[in-house]
Order: sequence, then C-alpha cells, then structure tokens
Amino acid sequence: MTMGKPLPHDSAPLHVTGQARYLDDLPLPAGTLHAAFGLSTCAHGTITAIDLSAVKAAPGVLKVYAAADFTEMPDCSPSTHDEPLLATGTVHYIGQPVFLVIADTHLNARKAARLGRITYADLPALLTVDDALKANSRFEQGPIIWTKGDATRAIATAPQIIEGTMEVGGQEHFYLEGQIAAALPQEDGVHIYSSTQHPTEIQHKVAHALHLPMSAVRVETRRMGGGFGGKESQGNALAIACAVAARDLNKPCKMRYDRDDDMMITGKRHDLRITYRAGIDANGRILGLDFTHLIRCGWAQDLSLAVADRAMLHADNCYHLPDIRIESHRLKTNTQSATAYRGFGGPQGIVGIERVIDHIAFALKKDPNAIRKLNYYRAAEPTGPGTGHRIGSTYSPKNHIPQTTPYFMEVEDFIGQDITDALEKSSNYAARRAEIAAWNSTNPILKRGIAFTPVKFGISFTLTWLNQAGALVHVYQDGSIHLNHGGTEMGQGLNQKVAQVAAQVFGVDTAQVKITATDTAKVPNTSATAASSGADMNGMAAQNACEIIRQRMADFLANKLGLPAAKIQFQNGEVRAGAETFPFAQVAAWAYQARIYLSSTGFYATPKITWDRVKGQGRPFLYFAYGAAITEVVIDTLTGENRILRTDILHDAGTSLNPALDIGQVEGAYVQGAGWLTTEELVWNAKGALSTHAPSTYKIPACSDRPPIFNVALWDKPNREDTVGKSKAVGEPPFNLGISAFLALSDAIAATGDGSRYPSLDAPATPERILMAVQAQRDV
Amino acid sequence: MSKRIGSFAVNGKKRDTIIEPHMLLVDVIRDSLGLTGTKRACASGNCGACTVLADGQPVCSCLTLAVCSQDKALETVEGLRAADGTLHPLQQAFIEHCAAQCGYCTAGMLMTSKALLDANPRPSREDVKRALSGNICRCTGYVKIIDAVLDAAQKINAAREVAA
Ligand code: FES
Ligand code: FES
Repeated sequence: MTMGKPLPHDSAPLHVTGQARYLDDLPLPAGTLHAAFGLSTCAHGTITAIDLSAVKAAPGVLKVYAAADFTEMPDCSPSTHDEPLLATGTVHYIGQPVFLVIADTHLNARKAARLGRITYADLPALLTVDDALKANSRFEQGPIIWTKGDATRAIATAPQIIEGTMEVGGQEHFYLEGQIAAALPQEDGVHIYSSTQHPTEIQHKVAHALHLPMSAVRVETRRMGGGFGGKESQGNALAIACAVAARDLNKPCKMRYDRDDDMMITGKRHDLRITYRAGIDANGRILGLDFTHLIRCGWAQDLSLAVADRAMLHADNCYHLPDIRIESHRLKTNTQSATAYRGFGGPQGIVGIERVIDHIAFALKKDPNAIRKLNYYRAAEPTGPGTGHRIGSTYSPKNHIPQTTPYFMEVEDFIGQDITDALEKSSNYAARRAEIAAWNSTNPILKRGIAFTPVKFGISFTLTWLNQAGALVHVYQDGSIHLNHGGTEMGQGLNQKVAQVAAQVFGVDTAQVKITATDTAKVPNTSATAASSGADMNGMAAQNACEIIRQRMADFLANKLGLPAAKIQFQNGEVRAGAETFPFAQVAAWAYQARIYLSSTGFYATPKITWDRVKGQGRPFLYFAYGAAITEVVIDTLTGENRILRTDILHDAGTSLNPALDIGQVEGAYVQGAGWLTTEELVWNAKGALSTHAPSTYKIPACSDRPPIFNVALWDKPNREDTVGKSKAVGEPPFNLGISAFLALSDAIAATGDGSRYPSLDAPATPERILMAVQAQRDV
Repeated sequence: MSKRIGSFAVNGKKRDTIIEPHMLLVDVIRDSLGLTGTKRACASGNCGACTVLADGQPVCSCLTLAVCSQDKALETVEGLRAADGTLHPLQQAFIEHCAAQCGYCTAGMLMTSKALLDANPRPSREDVKRALSGNICRCTGYVKIIDAVLDAAQKINAAREVAA
C-alpha cells in the first residue's frame, strides 16, 4: 500500500540542497529582457498628462508601453473584462500599473519605472465599505440575499435577542516566492513559465492578449514558493506583460515583482464587516438569525462574487439554523482588488457565526461549547446493512427529516459532535476552563483565555464546471512511469499524493513514479489548484488513467498465459499471474513488444453537485471536511501583549492519503489562520495608499508565535463519499481553526470585566485592540 | 560606476566574477555565480530566506554589499552536503520531519540553523526559536522546522560521542 503512507514531500531532497528550481532559478537564454510596472500614486483619478521621456531615456531601457501604445488593451481579469493591463485614462487604486518598462536588467527596469511623470485630476476615492455603500458602488445590482424559513419573524418572537457588529481585516498572502513569469517567443506562438495556481487561465489570458488560439500558447509550472490563493489570478498581468514584450521584441522576457510592488499591486483576502442579529431561547438555541456581510472587494471584480458566495455558504458552520437570512454586499472600492485566499471567503463566514455563539454564551453565562452542542447539526446517521435501524427507530428511513443548510443542502455527514467530544476529552477542556477561571481570579495583570472552534467546510468549486480534472500517464518499456496532471504544486505535496495513487494502482514504489511539471500541452482545460480540491480531483483523474493502462497490461498477460484477467495482480513491484510472478518492468516490456499501448489520459468530474448561485440553492459541495481546535492564550492587560500557550487540534482528513503531509497542512493552516485574526494588520492611509507593504510593517507569524504546546491529530475515518482512497481535502479547512486563537483572546479580555459587557473584539486582535478592549471592560 | 573583478570564497572554492560597488551579495551569489539555492524573498532583511554564512555568521545576503564580502568565507546551502554527497544531518532531518513545504524559506532556515549548531551544539527549544526568529516560513507553522533542528543537533552529538 502506498496510499496512506507518511512519505515526505517528493521534492524534499531538492528543497534541502538548493536544487529545487523555482522560476527565478531557471537559466533563461542570453539576452532575456526584464519588465517592471510604473504604478499609480493616485487612488482614483483621471490621467491628465503622462510624460515618460525620462523613463525612455533611462539606462538599459528598450521599450516603454502605456495605454496609448495599444490599439486594444489586454485584459487580465479572470471573470469579467474589467482589468486592463495598464490604466486606460482613469486610475482606480494606488499601485495600479500605468506603464510598462522593458529593459536589459531587472534593476534597470525597476529604476526606470520610478521616473514616470504622471499628473492626475483627482476623483472621489471610495476607500471603505461605508464610502462604497453610500455611493452605491458595488458589483452586481444590489446585495445578494438568501433566506431559509422566516428569520425576521423567528427573531421578533424569540425570548432574547443577541446582536452586534464585527470588523474583520484582510490578509496579505506573503507567499515567500513573489509573483513571477517569463515568456519565450516560439516560431508560432509563445511558451510561458509562470508561478501560477492556474496555468490554463494564464494560457487563456495570454492567447486573448496576443490574439492567438490557445493552442499556440503553452504554459508550464513546475512549482511555486507558496500560493495560498494569491496565485490563482494575480499572475495574469505578469504573464501577459512578458508575452506582449516577447512578441514585440522577439526576445524572451521575464518579470518579477519585488516585494513592495507585489504587496502594492496584488489583491489580498477580502476584509468585511459582519452585522448579526440572533433570536435565542433561554438555553441558547438559535431560533432565528440575520447576517449582513459588507465585503470590500476593491476596484475590480476578480473572483469576488464567488468569494462572497462562499462566505454566505459558511455562515452556518456546524449549526442547524432553520430560520436564517443572509445579506451580502459586494462593494467596489478604490483599493487593490481583493482575491482568493485560502478558504476563499469560507473563514469570513465561519468567523461570523462563531462570534455569535460566543456572544450568546457570554450573555447566558454558559460555556460556549454548551451553546455549540445545542445548535449542532444532527450527527451523521449510520447507514447500510448491519446498522440495525429498523422501520420505526430513530434512524428509520420513515422518520428521516433531513437537516439542511441555509442553501437547502442536506447535511448527511456531520461528525462535528464526535470530534468535539473527542477533542474536549484529549485536551482536558472542562478542567482547564475551570482552572483558568480560578487562576484569573487571583492574577490581576495577566489573564488567560481558552476557546474552542469547530469547522465544517464544503468541498468542491461552487462554479460547477470547474469540478473536473485530467491526467496523462505513460508506462515506458523499462517499467518506469511518467505522471502528469492538471494540478499545481505550491508546497502542499499534491504531486506526492497523486504519485502515491498512481503507485498504488500499479503496485510499485512511489519513487518509481516520475512527477513532471504542470503543462497545458500535456493536460488541457484544467481548473485552478484551489478550493482544496487538488488531490481529490487530480488523484481521481490519475487513478483513472493508471487503471486503464493496468487493465490493458492485465488483459495482455492473461491472454498470453491463458488465465482469466482477474487472476492478474499488481503488487510489490511485481505482477502476479496465477502461480507465477514477473517483475513489473518485464510485463511492461512484453506488452510494448506485443504492441499494447501503454499511455493513457484520465479524467474525473465530481459527481452529485448542482448549484444555483442566484437563488442560493442546491448541492454545491460533494462533502464537508470537519475539524476542531482548542486554543489557550494569555494577555498582558497593561500592554495588550499576548501569547498562544497551547493548541490542540483534531482534524478530519478522511482516510488520509499521506498523514505526514496532512498534519503539515493542518499546522501551517492553523498558524496562518491565527495570524489573520491576530498579528496581521493591513493599514491604508487616508489617501488610500497601503502603508503596510513590507514584512517590516506587516507582522507575519514568526517562530515564536507558534504555540509552544501544539497537539495535532487526524480524525482517521473514511470519507463517506467515494473520493480517492476515501480521503478528504485538507488545504483550506484547517485554516478556520485559527479562529479559536481569536476567541481565546476575547475570552481573556472578558476575564478583566464584571461580565456585563461583551468584549466585541474586532479582528485582527492586535495588542492595541486588546488593550482598548481591556480598557472598555474596566470603564464599565 | 567602476566594474571590477570580485573574488569570493564560496563553499571552500575561490570564485571570481565581475562586480560593481552597488551590487548585493544575494544577486552576485544567484545571478553571477549561479548558486540559486539562496532565495530572494523580501529583499529588505525581514524574512531570512537569503541567509548565507559569512565567516560562520548568518547574514542577510540581500542587505550585504558584495564588495564587502570578498575577504569572508561564504557558505551557501549548496555547500552544506559533504564532498561525497552525504547530506548534512540538518538536511536529513528537514527531509524526515517534512520541515519544508514549498521550500522557499528552507535554504535560509538551514543556514541559520547551521550557524546555531556550530556555535551551540546542544540548543534548547527556546534557543532554536530565538535563532530562527528572523526567518519567516509562511507554510509550515514552524513546528517541524524546530523539531528537525533539535533532532539534527542530537544526531550530530551522538555521532561525535561515537567518534570520541
Ligand atoms: S530576502 Fe533577505 S531577508 Fe528577505
Ligand atoms: S516552506 Fe514555504 S515558506 Fe517555509
């Protein structure tokens, strides 16, 4: 069995020796040109004059492009045609590319890009959600509203109402490898190297920009130095710029954003304001709930509609809410165009409902977990023969009234309750809560807090057609195997997981499967490696291809030996045929000589899903991935400084394809999620310029921010849906577990007060915010 | 600006290349000497991805002028392996503990850790944390990196004891 083995990342030996090649490490032909953008310094304005004479005269500059140099401006948008490569007449945010410099070196291009003289006539800049709301500046005509039941009535008739507002900040991806692309002109098209999660999108956009058929554009991606969603659409501009220059100058061209430019130009996680109003009963059961999301999307649409949808789709998290209304405003502002970021809106939805639960518990002076359990979806029902459920019993098919999400999808697989019980026990939650309360009562300066967060995360793209994947597998006559699929490697270990699937089918060692760069010439029409779906979909496609080849080999051997094909087995690097065994390579050689075709494509389309996004109804997800975390923190009430003391996580990866890689994903996602809500603060100044555009001012979690006690375990039970090896997707779901760090800080703050005022903490909970919240408790 | 021949001692080998006074060490190492294992991630001294050793001390090669590094013994990730290709215990431990995901921070992590272990063969968890405080990893959450460094330290010490 190779599936399920905790193998290290396939590139690990290359990572540690410095041999793993990223795009910036590729030797490019001599004479390769370098590109840089000149950026807007005005948040919203009309360009009244543009003087690029100094840019053109700068050392090493070969060509300079501005809007006037294009008869048709190339578009970079992944959704609608609203992102010109260079500003055309109007600028929409500080950092927007206005002109493009092509020079002999990276440094010369960068230096020249600073020499543009552009004058603007200022237009009113909409920077905040309030500005945008007032101006009715938005994507789509009005808010999207989904309702189930009658929330208004349920809230009006409820014994008690809990309401509040929460600001939730955005997040910079800070992939360690910045955005980068290169274009090499070919005799009849262009070959692009791009650090992208979505090679097909790059191919599509470059073909569109150059007026070429997609078949004339080939895009290759070997690996990225981190992606996190930031390379789903944000690489388009670089690839297009390089392709245009490569065509015009007939030379290879490369573009790499320096970190400051990267942070100024590219989109980030969507920040938002969440308003909630919940009607509850005396025990804390939610009777009716009304959410409003004011989402700041920035200047262009990008992927914002789908992100905002996913926030709505996760507004329930683990809770059954029969009467709910969700109103979502996708607001257009003069800031970077917010984009995909790990979780894709899901975390923004989940943090809202977790806040509501916490607020209810505070108001009723109860353990938040008691409120959680009261509102959880019903546990998954045991099914199938042998479960002993007769007609008339609780789980009888006759008594079955499905519990559905706010978008009317039946929740069939809920295991949140079981995970909660197991984690509470393994982390000693109840006793620690009591101990912390006792400790806090004797410590006036330092206060500790503890909080729990469960997660239910929907797996599949909400744009249904994206749920498809392809693979290409060759078995060579010496028995070696070449594997290619549409997914991209950004550090998550996707290639290793898919190789494990392929090795399993052929019964060979994983090392025998050669992993190759993602290439639009090998597997066409791929979807972004996103929505955590990489292993689910590409693993299935690869399995399909391998099984086709294996069947051909088995049929051939059975025929040769006069055995039924069912008697042929592939295991331990050998092929067993009845009583005889042959090396896999031997069978491959024979098959080749017998003119059996040892190459196949494979394909997968996710079953069961249907989705009407306007109505907000259907089954957008094949299944849910679950998990839970408990975080304990301490705050210093005099300074707002804080530390995570301990974190316990139990996460559902189904039957893990590779527990070592999955645990790594969970740990990394938790720290990133906690960073989002604690230290990572994006600040725009009054003119709309991002002030935090370097890691010196934007605080990414460091080594010392990691919890000193960090217990991470996988919930090792098979997915009930038919996924590859019964595994579950693991990239995004555990990101949400970081919410527990935020709620633990809120809990510690609450310990400084008399219990009469809910802390109402905004995110990120920086030391300043914590200090102010402590002050507010003491002012009561 | 005057071009001149710069002489560098990198991983025990003398390497000459044309440099200019403004050139940064990271650019010379990567672009002129072709040692691309050292990464450029923030170029502002804030992430540690570009860390190399100069006379055994970790430095951010993105903040260091190449001209000033000529009289120093430089070590990069490419020089970590033994001449016969045997991996350094840190490299071995990083593989076994899955301490690299995307791998972009790894060279910097390894070099900073090597400087630590050379100076302090028996570091505590706290020591490792402090030594790596200037190295950002966006992928792993640091757990496996610290585990790997501690494990490597132990293996180096065990090997020394056997040898002694
Ligand atoms: S690249 Fe030198 S510290 Fe980040
Ligand atoms: S492994 Fe990706 S930044 Fe550390």
